[in-house]
Amino acid sequence: MTFRGLAAGVAATIVLCTTTSAFAVTQISWWHAMTGANAEVVDKIAKDFNASQKDYELVPVFKGTYPEALNAGIAAFRAKQAPDILQVFDVGTGVMMAAEGAVKPAADVLTEAGVQFDKSQYLPGIVAYYSKPDGTMLSFPYNSSSPILYYNKDIFQKAGLDVNSPPKTWNEVWDAAKKIKTSGAAACGFTSTWLTWIHTENFAAWNNVSWATQQNGLAGGDVELKINAPLFVNHFQALADLAKDGTFKYGGRTSEAKQLFLAGECGILTESSGGLGDIVKSGMNYGIGQLPYDSDAKDAPQNTTPGGASLWVFGGKSEEQYTGVAAFFTYLSKTEVQEYLHQKSGYLPVTLAAYEATKKSGFYEKNPGRETPILQMMGKAPTDNSKGVRLPNLPQVRDIQNEEYEKMLAGQQTAQQALDNAVSRGNAAIKEALGN
Amino acid sequence: MSPRVVFPNRVLPYLLVAPQLAITLVFFYWPAGQALYQSMLKEDPFGLKSKFVWFDNFKKVLADPNYLYSLKVTVVFSVATAAVAMGVALLLAVMAEKVVRSKGFYRTLLIWPYAVAPAIAGMLFLFLFNPSIGSLAILLRKIGIAWDPVLNGTDAMTLLVAAAAWKQISYNFLFFVAGLQAIPKTLIEAAAIDGAKEMKRFWTITFPLLAPTTFFLLVINTTYAFFDTFGIVHAVTGGGPGKSTETLVYKVYNDGFVNLILGSSAAQSVILMVIVIALTAIQFRYVERKVHYG
Repeated sequence: MTFRGLAAGVAATIVLCTTTSAFAVTQISWWHAMTGANAEVVDKIAKDFNASQKDYELVPVFKGTYPEALNAGIAAFRAKQAPDILQVFDVGTGVMMAAEGAVKPAADVLTEAGVQFDKSQYLPGIVAYYSKPDGTMLSFPYNSSSPILYYNKDIFQKAGLDVNSPPKTWNEVWDAAKKIKTSGAAACGFTSTWLTWIHTENFAAWNNVSWATQQNGLAGGDVELKINAPLFVNHFQALADLAKDGTFKYGGRTSEAKQLFLAGECGILTESSGGLGDIVKSGMNYGIGQLPYDSDAKDAPQNTTPGGASLWVFGGKSEEQYTGVAAFFTYLSKTEVQEYLHQKSGYLPVTLAAYEATKKSGFYEKNPGRETPILQMMGKAPTDNSKGVRLPNLPQVRDIQNEEYEKMLAGQQTAQQALDNAVSRGNAAIKEALGN
Repeated sequence: MSPRVVFPNRVLPYLLVAPQLAITLVFFYWPAGQALYQSMLKEDPFGLKSKFVWFDNFKKVLADPNYLYSLKVTVVFSVATAAVAMGVALLLAVMAEKVVRSKGFYRTLLIWPYAVAPAIAGMLFLFLFNPSIGSLAILLRKIGIAWDPVLNGTDAMTLLVAAAAWKQISYNFLFFVAGLQAIPKTLIEAAAIDGAKEMKRFWTITFPLLAPTTFFLLVINTTYAFFDTFGIVHAVTGGGPGKSTETLVYKVYNDGFVNLILGSSAAQSVILMVIVIALTAIQFRYVERKVHYG
């Protein structure tokens, strides 16, 4: 199978390369993993960029889910047919960072092309996450998101809950969910996408508790997970208890639970702000609240960490191509482009100027809650617990957590057992990955 | 014995087999060799640093409790799939034989599902049995079965087996129908005259005479369940919940493509290759001789 996939990748790139020579303009390939409303945004941005100048043609290619796109990029690199730009999700950041020599830092691409690159123009929390410890920006943030709370106002109304005040703490969420369930307003009270990203990584940052040693892995070296601390255990035990009678409903490991919310089966959802596009499209009567925090945590709420994805530039390309990539990044940083991206998709603007412009335009007054993810991320200066998480094998460690959570939710183990197992198996996997 | 056919031309025979040889070389020996080499490397995903470690990857894989668990899952899945697919097909074939009118019509309908791609079969069942929107899932819940393949491992496995078996039934049906037609009617009629009842006739005459077909299908179905069901697993469960439906083939994909542990993934695929070779060898060398071919 490895080879079939590889062969297909090679074939696809050969086709791409042969078509390149037919045009006078330099083609820039951009492999991405955006679907639904967000794929429309990618196509629109590429079309507008191509119309804005005539030296380069940006060609977006959809490569499947986030992990599939990452693998396609890696396989293509090994076959010496890497794309110019690859969209890599937050979880793959550690993988890409470890691949020095395969990628070219975004900061270098920009400065070598003679573009004035001023890091202070970008949202600090996001840029810091995609930079090396010495501050060099390695990848260009494209779609940054933050987990927030969505609720169905019709269901809230039916259950006799206040439609204008979404629950603020997890305890309030549990209470509201129980009320939705017992009142029969909906089949389930609460559901959530990404238990790993939202209820583990962001839970740690938002409540200002450690997710792992070494500043959650950002400082490098051997990292040990800390997710079996009491605060996590209590949180997951509450979820497991609510799952027993269906007050909490598990949808799946990634964003499957969004469907449960869209179908009106569950009244409350925690999900990426990037999921907003589909919720708006569905036309439902929804409300947005900030991500709930744990009332037992002293410093909560702290700040959430960026999720989403960034654009990586592969090494070994021609100067012409790099200039093209730099031109695209410059275009992408333009205030009106960022405004469009932010308002259409729910992802965060990456420049401060775009944020200010959106604020001035009155967009947030007209669309209450849309500022929430930005405020969550920028509200407080980040601590060692809340700058983000990074591991060379985060996809694998998340998989381990998912497996343990699923066993817990199926009633096969307690939260304490699940988290203990996740820590010991995760630590072993991290050691193994570092021993490369 | 027929007389030996001799080609007068010495080059022509080689030329005639050359395309087949080339295909085998390119699509089997080359990738298999690569997999073998890769299985002895310890490498980062990008292939920037690699180290030759001999059989370390194999040792680790075989000592990994998750791998042994996956082996167990695969055996359960394969046995269940083969049993269901063959049992149902045999029943349908025997019934279809008895139909007097529009036999061809029924047969064609029964053969159709074979044309459906595995991933599509998976999606079909996923929709039918999706806990929140699936029509059959809602039915199950109405009769009091707490159906939840997203969290319950047994439910997930049942769903997979149903999807995988459903797709294979048509194929088995085709072979069983052919096998049934090859059984001389006179034998069955003679038994009927002797007063043997229908069940008796089936178990003492039809079933034993179908043995070659059954055996052939057993091997085909086992290999199908072992190696050809990746699409279904990927579409229906993705190996979850927990690791309860992670078959060996799926684990190769997951470790290699999601977790990016290429050495271990390659070692696992080499082990799978050995299993296929062993299965084929058993089929040809040992069991095939013991089965009585009418």
